[in-house]
Amino acid sequence: MEFLTTMGLEVHCELSTKTKIFCSCSTEFGGEPNTHVCAVCSGMPGTLPVLNEKVVEYAIRTGIATNCQITRYNKFDRKNYFYPDLPKAYQVSQLYLPICHNGHVDIEVNGAKKAIRIKEIHMEEDAGKLIHDPLDDSTLVDYNRCGVPLLEIVSEPDFESREEVIAYLTKLKAILQYIGVSDCKMEQGSLRADVNISVRPVGTTKLGTRTEMKNINSFKAIARAIEWETERQIDLIEDGGKVIQETRRWDDTKGKSYAMRSKENAQDYRYFPEPDLVPIEISDEWIEKVKKSLPELPTEKKERYIREYGLPEYDVDIITSSKYLVKIFEEALEVCNEPKEVSNWIMGELLRLASETSTEYENIKFDAANLGKLILLLKNKTINRNTAKEVFEKMFAENVEPEKYIKENRLEMTNDAGAVKSVVDAVIAANPKSVEEYKAGNTKVSRHLMGQCMKQLKGKADPASVNEAITEALKEL
Amino acid sequence: MKITDDMIDYISELARLRLKDEEKESARNEMEKIINYMDTLNQLDTTGIEAMSHAFPMKNVFRKDEVRPSADRDDILLNAPDKKNGAFKVPKTFE
Amino acid sequence: MDLSKLSALEAGRMIKNKEISVAEITKAALENIEKTDKNYHAFITLCADEALKRAEEVQKGIDDGTYTSPLAGVPMALKDNMCTKGILTTCASKILTGFKPFYNATAYSNLENAGAVLLGKLNMDEFAMGSTTETSYYGATLNPWGENRVPGGSSGGSAVAIATDQVYYALGSDTGGSIRQPCAFCGITGIKPTYGRVSRYGLIPYASSLDQIGPMGRSVGDVAAVLNIISGHDPKDSTSVNMDALNITLKNDVKGKKIGVPTDWFGEGLEKDVKEKVLEAAKKLENMGAIIEEFKMPEIEYVIPTYYIIACAEASSNLSRFDGVKYGYCTPSFDDLTDLYCKSRSEGFGMEVKRRIMIGAFVLSSGYYDAYYKKALQVKAVIKKAFDKAFEKYDAILSPTAPTTALKMGENLSDPLKMYLGDIYTVSINLAGLPSMVIPCGFDKEGLPVGLQLTGKPFSENELMNIAYSFQKETDFHLKKPVIKREV
Repeated sequence: MEFLTTMGLEVHCELSTKTKIFCSCSTEFGGEPNTHVCAVCSGMPGTLPVLNEKVVEYAIRTGIATNCQITRYNKFDRKNYFYPDLPKAYQVSQLYLPICHNGHVDIEVNGAKKAIRIKEIHMEEDAGKLIHDPLDDSTLVDYNRCGVPLLEIVSEPDFESREEVIAYLTKLKAILQYIGVSDCKMEQGSLRADVNISVRPVGTTKLGTRTEMKNINSFKAIARAIEWETERQIDLIEDGGKVIQETRRWDDTKGKSYAMRSKENAQDYRYFPEPDLVPIEISDEWIEKVKKSLPELPTEKKERYIREYGLPEYDVDIITSSKYLVKIFEEALEVCNEPKEVSNWIMGELLRLASETSTEYENIKFDAANLGKLILLLKNKTINRNTAKEVFEKMFAENVEPEKYIKENRLEMTNDAGAVKSVVDAVIAANPKSVEEYKAGNTKVSRHLMGQCMKQLKGKADPASVNEAITEALKEL
Repeated sequence: MKITDDMIDYISELARLRLKDEEKESARNEMEKIINYMDTLNQLDTTGIEAMSHAFPMKNVFRKDEVRPSADRDDILLNAPDKKNGAFKVPKTFE
Repeated sequence: MDLSKLSALEAGRMIKNKEISVAEITKAALENIEKTDKNYHAFITLCADEALKRAEEVQKGIDDGTYTSPLAGVPMALKDNMCTKGILTTCASKILTGFKPFYNATAYSNLENAGAVLLGKLNMDEFAMGSTTETSYYGATLNPWGENRVPGGSSGGSAVAIATDQVYYALGSDTGGSIRQPCAFCGITGIKPTYGRVSRYGLIPYASSLDQIGPMGRSVGDVAAVLNIISGHDPKDSTSVNMDALNITLKNDVKGKKIGVPTDWFGEGLEKDVKEKVLEAAKKLENMGAIIEEFKMPEIEYVIPTYYIIACAEASSNLSRFDGVKYGYCTPSFDDLTDLYCKSRSEGFGMEVKRRIMIGAFVLSSGYYDAYYKKALQVKAVIKKAFDKAFEKYDAILSPTAPTTALKMGENLSDPLKMYLGDIYTVSINLAGLPSMVIPCGFDKEGLPVGLQLTGKPFSENELMNIAYSFQKETDFHLKKPVIKREV
């Protein structure tokens, strides 16, 4: 039997505000346990929340960037459950009137375009961190992350393949980074996803029973989790079993998901309007103000790059998928005004080095203007392309300034024709065998001679002029 | 409405309360009396009336996104029944 | 001269005029408490050493001009659900055993900044859930007006501390009548301000949408002076209204005031003596020039279920944080996390608190939310509208505070529903967020005080207090004192 998979995503994204959602503690990642904590976010009795205005602004930004309607009158609700990472034993969230609803994010998989509908986006507070203490088999509770603002972005069940899920997450991540609301560092848990999955036989229309896998925090893990869970459900059905609606935990190290205990499963959150906070009313003016402050979004940028710079769509897709690559592209372009050259450097050397050193784009350290300078140095023949690559590696690793580095290491090309000529003459003299072959009609040997010359010139010559000098010299023989 | 023992068990579990058997019986009886009294609200037709969570039309109370110093960790942990390494200590939550 | 008989404002004036030092009045008050509190048990915690130290500081502050408030140096106390830095704060519950906050409630901070001297923390019903102060884990408080009588609740400790001249004023909190009903039972004056008038920051909540801190004292003048200090916008409380602190100046202002009397509030269940005294007070006000008019408010029938659904729902959530992990009582032995939670909570909370938590969890639980909680929010809207309509016509609403005078101890403990019904005249006012004050207006035939409740439109505290002030100018009920037992 053939099966269709249907998936929906709940993406949690930590906002990059300076302070927490309901108190003035820093949201900075890390720190000793319970050092970014105050009476409010640790749930001390009698303390009260006060909403960070930036969180609302960021939520509106996100809503606009994902084509949502902004809920003009929205409220917070309490979600009640007991767990040590939740000091008040309720999470302040939005159930009844979330801040954004009815949007969509457009994706493209293998040339096919598709709109993934966003059901709603709501604001909420993050929970703390539990650390297992193996010494006395207990759990230690750290509230530093408690109260860090989150957006939960809930999609409709519009996904039919893993590729769509990854394309959506990639796009969503790019949008969130572009509009500056989140750094989306998956390794720090600032972007994580819950996936709802159901399968049904091809030809049927009724959706199958869905399961939910919580808190998966890397694209790879998500892809693996989807594959594993889809297979599990299909196997179950094919063996005559039934999928039960449940929450499952994905264990990425073991590469499998398992059902959470039924006790954890049977949740009755007793949501009700949060009486300690007042409703939020969002005016037309506020939305307009946020709209005006939004930067160019990935889709717009992509179209402009193709139109204005004539870059290949594939390259543009990759560059515009990351706010950090875009930043490098635009800053380098500003200096050298050579869009194709910049794009080639990013697509070639930069991606190669990033991948070889497993560097996330956001952690690329070098000053992008220096790439522009490097391209100019190459263009005016101060250095040749090989030298440029060598310098770029240094820039990537140590953020060196190219002009200064080239000078200090005497990497400029030799423009002294006499010096080139004397090296060429010497090489020809030292390679009579090659000369013989050349004379016999094997012009390919000039390449060997070229290599010898460049070696003696320590690579610091314009290959074209060296080549010319060799051809001249051989002709003269 | 009839409040059953199962309902009392379910609510106790939600509220993380554990009643002794004799407490359970009186809790059930009293809850039933109280809930039935609450049912008098059904005499009032509230069709079309908006639920009112806040008595006054207050809105948009915000704070600026400015960092203030957090509390002293010793204060946060001051009253903790059990603590270790600057953290609250609880029975293990990991399986 | 018996210092304890002074009003708070008189005490403040004598301190200002250097007729007496802050240390002297503080010492005298502490000695008086030593002598009387064994009989009444108004205090959970007495902070004698801190108070004496504080008295010296305040004296300095008064001398150097830091403290200029009319109440600077006057000894007072707080209901024990308001957080006090470094001082035990228990909510009269075992579950907060040993809890010392590292922050102050804003209302108390405001008083501190005005030079108040805190003598201690006052008894109450556990988590303010009750109308008798009998549900306190630390034992009941006794009403000085009669043998074996409850002081009302939940701010019973606050009311008794004032009625027995232990303190010059106190703060209480009022979720469904917890300031007003004990004021009525103990023959003192108090006000529940408009919701949002006084910051709730640092008040350990019972029901957040209804809770409000207010002053309790011997006269309208004292209560107004305290309210001036504790009111005002607090950026730490989102529901605190963005208005300056009150600056009430009291004047005789009752002539031509339209006062509505809801006839439905005088029906079945209201004790004859209470009804008589309240109607006599209405007559008195009429004689003073007020226009008294009867009107209908049949919604009274629904106020108790509405109130208890909303209050219990919020309470069930508010009290979830008491779990034995971060502060307070933790069960000595447990198997796992759930066991730790369940045992700590079951051993830490008293029966009435558990009952309300369970009612609250029930009305919010899956399948019952719409029928109970949502329905209650709709009825709340109906009740609010009824008040809005009444206040289109009236400057104030006059009513009894409670159907009875102070009950015998133990009378209502065994029947929770009966106890809830006693809140019939007070709870609707919290649902609508209105300011409401209680002043003594006579005594029943057993000599127990009767309280008159005057309720105003939002933020009309000053007008409301003017009416009450005018009444106290013409009457002496608030000056009557019970016989106070000293020593054992």
